[in-house]
Amino acid sequence: MYGNTHLTEEEAKRLNVTDEDPEKLAAFEAKIDRGEKIEPGEWMPKEYRKQLLRMIEQHAHSEIVGALPEGTWITRAPNFRRKLALIAKVQDEVGHGQMLYSAAETLGKTREEMLNDLMNGKSKYSNVFNYPANTWADIAVIGFLVDAAAIVNQTINSKGSYGPYCRALERICYEEAFHLKQGHDNFVYLATGTPHQRAMLQEAMNRWYRPLIHFFGPPDRNSKHSEKLMKWKVKLASNDAMRNQFLDMYVSKIQEVGITLPDPNLHKNADGIWEFSDPDWDEFKRVSGGDGPCNKERLEVRRYAEMAHRWVREALMNPSDKYKIPLA
Amino acid sequence: MSLDPRVNRIDLSKIGNEEQHTNSHLITWEVFHQEKKGKQVIHVGIVHASNPEMALVLAKEQFARRGATTNIWVAKTSDVYSFSYEDEDIFETTPSKEFREAGYYKVRDRIEAYQAKNHTV
Repeated sequence: MYGNTHLTEEEAKRLNVTDEDPEKLAAFEAKIDRGEKIEPGEWMPKEYRKQLLRMIEQHAHSEIVGALPEGTWITRAPNFRRKLALIAKVQDEVGHGQMLYSAAETLGKTREEMLNDLMNGKSKYSNVFNYPANTWADIAVIGFLVDAAAIVNQTINSKGSYGPYCRALERICYEEAFHLKQGHDNFVYLATGTPHQRAMLQEAMNRWYRPLIHFFGPPDRNSKHSEKLMKWKVKLASNDAMRNQFLDMYVSKIQEVGITLPDPNLHKNADGIWEFSDPDWDEFKRVSGGDGPCNKERLEVRRYAEMAHRWVREALMNPSDKYKIPLA
Repeated sequence: MSLDPRVNRIDLSKIGNEEQHTNSHLITWEVFHQEKKGKQVIHVGIVHASNPEMALVLAKEQFARRGATTNIWVAKTSDVYSFSYEDEDIFETTPSKEFREAGYYKVRDRIEAYQAKNHTV
């Protein structure tokens, strides 16, 4: 599961100045234009490495932090079948995190450095995981719609230019298909269940509508998405384009079971573009800046895992082992 | 109070503010997966582990959660040798070496010309 990230104005500016060898840069860009993948160990512009690393690292963090809100409900799943599915899904998410850390590691930052930066707040994770899963119906909405949004994003990113990231994403998308289906199954069961179950689902849907609109990041008009990143196939679609694709695919699937979205202005224009009310981008900024309902708990749980299990890692380490950057 | 009963059991208020370690990470192992007997063993990714047994256990969790598996291999990343992508051009002429392909050898024309000339048909 993952939400999109965006560049600050300053970062976007920095991207457009380059001190790279023009010949190497031209050869690199020609490769990408031809649709070739870039592999670890190949020459790449410093900014390409930096932005890609930042993106994959944030994606990896999102996977392991994303396991936390759903993990909340493993002990309270309503029946054994749902419990098995939820355990499997949460295990997948952590596995996705590991695959993505590996892909990021090929760019030259160790997994330990990345986890440290997650804990000290230097690197971020998807904003959507700073919200709590209050009831079992929240698990249905997360499993169905947060995963659906993540699949839209990841399917697009899997066509990118960096080999290890694309390979990880292909595998991830394949596994996420199960997440989406089991989430939809859960969603439909609640929607077609007792009046109490329907009401619970509707309340959860109302809570998650705004975070879902926020999921793909700020609107294009406020987001300096660099043309350079598009050219290098680090970013493949704009935030608004992905959000539109998501609404196009899923609004009808929510409405077909009589669940409504809490936005009277949500509609599709004749030109195929979805309109919605202002989703309060200040809230998005505030929560992603650290002031959300669950930010503190998420990082504390991570810090606890790190500290409490350190002795195990230390007991296992061989002093003679020499670390080498993974190959692929 | 957290919404998460597991988090409440941990009691997060007890976490100390220990310093972060910066060099206590395990080495990586390249993982190779064989779907069934008779198929190729294919590289699928890496795991972090301190010994081959642990690498195999983690590789099973990571790469054998779905579909069929008959075996998994692991090898220390540092024990794998490879060419550099900068030397990719050493493989460039391979596709033009058609004389290594079965389809390059075509003699039917000659046989037919021979037969026509010698009236052997």
